[in-house]
This record gives sequence, C-alpha cells and structure tokens, in this order.
Amino acid sequence: MNAVMTSDAVHSSGKLEAVLRQGHFAVTAETSPPDAADPTVVLDRVAPLKGVADAVNVTDGAGARAHMSAIACAAILAREGYQPVLQFTARDRNRLALQGDLVGAGALGIHNILCLFGDDPRSGDQPDAMPVFDLDTAGILSTAKGLRKGAYPGGRRVSPPPALFIGAADAPRPLDDNWKPDGLRAKIDAGADFFQTQYCFDMDVLRAYMARLGDEGITERAFFLIGIGPIASAKSARYMNENLFGVHIPELLVKRLESAKDQRAEGRAICAELLQELREIDGVSGAHLMAPKQEASIAQVIEESGVLAAR
Amino acid sequence: MYAVRQWSVRNARGLEWLYSKFAATLLRLHPLFERVGYGRLEAPVASLERRLKGFMFDCHMCGQCALRATGMSCPMNCPKSLRNGPCGGVRPDGHCEVEPAMRCVWVEAWNGARRMREGDIISDIHNPVDHRLGETSSWLRVTREQSLAVETDSDWTG
Repeated sequence: MNAVMTSDAVHSSGKLEAVLRQGHFAVTAETSPPDAADPTVVLDRVAPLKGVADAVNVTDGAGARAHMSAIACAAILAREGYQPVLQFTARDRNRLALQGDLVGAGALGIHNILCLFGDDPRSGDQPDAMPVFDLDTAGILSTAKGLRKGAYPGGRRVSPPPALFIGAADAPRPLDDNWKPDGLRAKIDAGADFFQTQYCFDMDVLRAYMARLGDEGITERAFFLIGIGPIASAKSARYMNENLFGVHIPELLVKRLESAKDQRAEGRAICAELLQELREIDGVSGAHLMAPKQEASIAQVIEESGVLAAR
Repeated sequence: MYAVRQWSVRNARGLEWLYSKFAATLLRLHPLFERVGYGRLEAPVASLERRLKGFMFDCHMCGQCALRATGMSCPMNCPKSLRNGPCGGVRPDGHCEVEPAMRCVWVEAWNGARRMREGDIISDIHNPVDHRLGETSSWLRVTREQSLAVETDSDWTG
C-alpha cells in the first residue's frame, strides 16, 4: 500500500522516519512560531497535537514576516518530546548560516527538516528587506545530505554529523501527457527523502497524480505526505481557491460547506473523510495537516478520522 | 574606476555644488518629466545614471544614492555594504580590512564630508538599503518625491 523503502539506510533516529519506514500512514501537522519570547506560548499552541500528530512542522518566517525563529521554536518542541519538522528556507540566510543551522538543528535534537525556497520579502510586511537566496532548494537539500554524510561542502568534517530526515515540497496537480517528473527527481537526487505537499483537496486529481508518480518510479524513492486541512467555511474555501497558488477545492466540497449548519464542524468532517481516503491511495504515505492557528481543530480531525487507531 | 573615485572624493566640495545645481535643474524639469511619463524615462535615465555615476564613483545603482551624505564616496563599494561606517576593521594606514589594496570607503567618506559645506549630515544614521530600489534611477525617484513634497527619508539630492 505505502512506500516502504527498506533498502534505504535509516537516516535519523526520529519517529517520523520510523513510522514511514514501517509502512504506517503518517500524520504531520503544522504550527507557526509565535510573536512572543516565551516558550510557554509555543507549547500552549501545540499542546492539542501532543500524542496525536507524528510530527509537527514549524514554519520559517511564513508569508515573509518575522516571528520567533523556526529553529528556536523547533528546539523548544524537541525538548518537550515533540517531533518537529524544521522548515528551512533559502530566503534569510546565506550558505554559511544555513550550514551552521543544519548542524545546530542536529545538536538540538531536531530530526527532520523541510527545505523550501521561501516567500519573497516583497510579499511580506517589510518588503525592503534583502532577499538572500544564496542557495536554492536543491542547494539546501544537497547541503543537508552532504552534512548528513559528515562533511561541509568544502570537505571539512562534521563529527558526529546531523542525522537529518530530509524533506522537500511538492504540489499535486493535473498533469498533461508530456509531463516528466524532472523536478521531483532532481530534488530526490539532491537529498529529499520525503515530500510534504501543498493543499490538495481534489482526490481525483491526486489519484491521477500519484499514479503517474508511481509509473515514473518516484514513489519508490520518496515518501509523500499530502497537504490537507480543515476548511473553516465556504467563504474561506473560495478565498483559498482564488488566492492560494495551485489550490483547488472542488465545488462539491464548497457547496457542502455552504449548506452546513455548522460550517466549521463540516470542514473538520470533510477533512477527516479526506484523511481516510488518502490512506487508501497508492503511493501516499501520509497526510500533512495545515490550518493557521488551528492546532486544536487539526487534533480533533485526526482523532475523529481514526486513521491512527489501526496502529 | 578607482582613481576617478578617489578624485571625486578629493573634489567633494566642487561636486557638491555641481550636484545641487543639477538637482535643482531636474526639479525644474519635473513638469516635463510628468508629461513624458516617469515610467518611460526610467530605462534611459537609469542607463545614463549608471554610466555617469559608474565612471565617477563606481556606482552600484542601489537606487537610493547617499553620495551627498557620504563625502562623494559611494558606500556600496564597501565590501560589507555598510551604510554607516567605517567598521572596526580599518587598517592603520586607512585601507580596507577585506580588500587591503583599497582605501576604506568610509575613511574616504569622512574625508570627503569634511570638505563639503553640508558634510555634517554624514553623522546622521542612514537607513538600511531598500532592496526593491536596486537598478532604478535615484535621480528620477528623488526628483519626483521632492516635487510631490512627499515626506521621504532619502538622503540624496545629487
């Protein structure tokens, strides 16, 4: 059913990698670092996810706005027994800082990273900021992979090396017949062990997409965790369709939300159903739940779906 | 060119005078610029500005010219891109820590500023570089902003 890559060496001692390699359906959830210099604010925010999500993604200056640093937030989570997935963007740091932070992440007990390009500063609230982008996503991936093998790009040794389970982003979408998975292959070659995707609410599109990845031999080489989330209302579904790049919420779901008495509860119910559906799709290894500042609602969805009960 | 750049600092007083006249002329031309359209002027003026200031000051076209406040020594030539300098790494002979063959851009700036009538503004704290303005014409932007009497923290009039 799911990709089980027993042939590969295990890279991290983290739970997320273990769950995936055992062939279980993994569930990750997203949290955002707060605008507060206090660890209890972080911990209060993620508390509903404790023991519910296999790992918690920590966003890195999402929307090109400053917040508590992702690495500090992830370290706070790791210390309290969570499995953070540290999101790592190319926007704010040059390669020296990125390398330092990768080694530091390993030292802080962070087992997973998700390498991203990062939103351009011009889309944030300080558009005059310098966009660094010294490396691109493939650059961070290969740097992380190289460090994991025990050396900086210049050859200097890191011992022990940061044992990182390395992720990258993807976006399931309708594909034309000529499409080739060159981008995905490049990311996997550069170092990606797993992918967490943009929101995908259209299961027909996803099934076709995953089938193509299967045919191309991609799903044998990396785990895919599909992005979904509890949609708050029909209005926010329409907003997401219009404003979030690459997101398509099928009209059927929007109608369902609209006619519901309690749209928020309906959004959770839809998300729980999607979770169950995802589990049955070939090549899908898990789900990645995102909903800004709605960690409690994400936890509720995971519990209601019962996808983790089978373990 | 390095030699020309150094000449410009040595002649900061004269260039300050020249530049203030030039800025006033541009300001007078604002109605014309408006009619032609600032958007249409951007490319040719930026190209002219790049060539002229490139020759005179080794300009990097940051789009927010600080020459009037930095003794006609372009701060973008500092390897650390300091907009408030010098740093603590200046060599005893006044040369750059990073590029030993080059005089410190900011030591030169203070020398140039001392020669200028209004050189004291070098002690004002300069804002960090606005990276959106790179490769755009500082001349046109400041002319337009000043003629629209828009509050601006730009420190250029030259």
